[in-house]
Amino acid sequence: MPTIIEKIFQMHTEDKVEAGNTIWLNIDLRTARDFAGAKVVKNLLKHYSSEYIEDATKTFFTFDCNAPANTIEYANNQQICREFARKNGIKVYDVGRGIGSHVVIEEGLAYPGITAVGTDSHFNILGSVGAFGQGMGDIDIAFVFKTGKTWFEVPETVKVNFIGTPSAPWSAKDLALLCVKELRRKVLGRAIEFYGEIVDELSLAGRITLASMVTEMGGIIGFIPPNREVINFYSKRSGKEIKPVYADDATYEKEIDIDVSNLEPLIALPPSPSNVKRVRDVHDIKVDSVFIGSCTNGRVEDMQAVAKILKGKKIAENITLKVVPATREVWREMMNGEIMKELFNAGAIISHSACAGCASGQIGMTGEGEVQVSTSNRNFKGKQGAGDTYLASPETAAASALTGYITGVDEI
Amino acid sequence: MKVKGRVWKIEKDGKLMDDIDTDMIYHNKYLHITEQEEMAKYAFSNLEGWQDFPEKARKGDIIFAGENFGCGSSRQHAVDCFIALGINAIVAKSFGAIYKRNAINSGLAVLECNALDMAEVETGDEIEIDFETGEIKKNGICILKAKPMNKIQYAIYLAGNLFRYAEGI
Repeated sequence: MPTIIEKIFQMHTEDKVEAGNTIWLNIDLRTARDFAGAKVVKNLLKHYSSEYIEDATKTFFTFDCNAPANTIEYANNQQICREFARKNGIKVYDVGRGIGSHVVIEEGLAYPGITAVGTDSHFNILGSVGAFGQGMGDIDIAFVFKTGKTWFEVPETVKVNFIGTPSAPWSAKDLALLCVKELRRKVLGRAIEFYGEIVDELSLAGRITLASMVTEMGGIIGFIPPNREVINFYSKRSGKEIKPVYADDATYEKEIDIDVSNLEPLIALPPSPSNVKRVRDVHDIKVDSVFIGSCTNGRVEDMQAVAKILKGKKIAENITLKVVPATREVWREMMNGEIMKELFNAGAIISHSACAGCASGQIGMTGEGEVQVSTSNRNFKGKQGAGDTYLASPETAAASALTGYITGVDEI
Repeated sequence: MKVKGRVWKIEKDGKLMDDIDTDMIYHNKYLHITEQEEMAKYAFSNLEGWQDFPEKARKGDIIFAGENFGCGSSRQHAVDCFIALGINAIVAKSFGAIYKRNAINSGLAVLECNALDMAEVETGDEIEIDFETGEIKKNGICILKAKPMNKIQYAIYLAGNLFRYAEGI
């Protein structure tokens, strides 16, 4: 029986879907960002005589990398996209709206069972809602804008079973880091399906966190079968009847069990997301800056977790605490409650919504020797500046901001 | 189709490097560049010990690398910079999924070969690769077998890129 990806693909192709086959896949939702968006436009103008695209109602620009542009080059690239969008009647979610992969979820554009592509390597985040999302380069995206489809080699699917229930406090980020450690090299080029009690109960925000790091696990996409919360969310947002795709008795390439009963706060040391250690085993690392945000941990639940820890306290001296909500909607929710006030009073800098540090964006880079704790998903050398980046949960990041050293939440 | 070229083994401590990510290949500070020719000088510009690669590389050269080459971002720049340098092919133990697609779509030959470590090839050696069979030859003798390109991959390669391939179907 087919796996989730095979079922979704079969709904979007006339070719035979079978792992290893290359098929032509119809794409429901097509997006490009300010990064690579201008190259998408240039490809279209260079390779086609007509500048019109296949279906403007399915096509969007989402500006999130350099928002608003802090270099003339980026501003030029954004303007190239805007002008192309105007001519074609494409909607632009312009600077300030937030991270594209989150915007398409909030707007009800990406929902269970659809296929979607974007110029963002974390577009597979849509596995969190049971949709097929894939990051692609500007040639693929230009081709999809023009034709509504692209080729895809059907990947094998690996089933991941989480066993047990954690007894210590944990967050979805700790679960994601555990998976990067455990699944690295085992899922390269594969689709994943996640099962187990721990994911059944995961909130949409937690699902986004887990799915966002499948790229770092080396996988194509990680599907989390939609639960009631996800279905209700979409019934409200999209106004459509949602029919999630589930696998029944599917045939997998292999199954991998991961014991989560000992799950606890984890941290990925530079320069690799798979360099995962227990927070309590990392001692005496002086922290200079903390970044809360990104497509991995930029939801209001993440901000809430940070505010809860910082409430009524001040961050350590000479620490820069950079907070960047993933979207404008998250911003509004932060203002509605006490979150914004508590973060501000604790000493945070709160920026408008975008990718921020991950894309050399609006909140500044780290310098040589600077140690940053970040809730994002990559700590490759040079990725977020010249300094050393440690990847952790919002809770660990907040605790570290308070003490000035890498600190687990149980230590404060 | 066969190509010949001079090998660059991207090594660290005598071993093919694994997990060379797109920021090492083409750093995010140059992402605003949209002209392919301009990207050549930034190939491997953030890979320790290899920053001078663009000066040393010659048209037709072939790159050997370890596991998960090109993991990370979806940036086409990380492929385009090698095309701009005239690199003939990249052979790696495995590739990041998006990187592999980007390379295929741009007509840059990428081949996977698990046993690449075993090859008796040094940097600077001339080799010949047959894309249809995956055979890698040195001095006319087959020394390795990579996974051949699949049909669509090969057809896009021959057409030059995805756009030109699609015109013909």
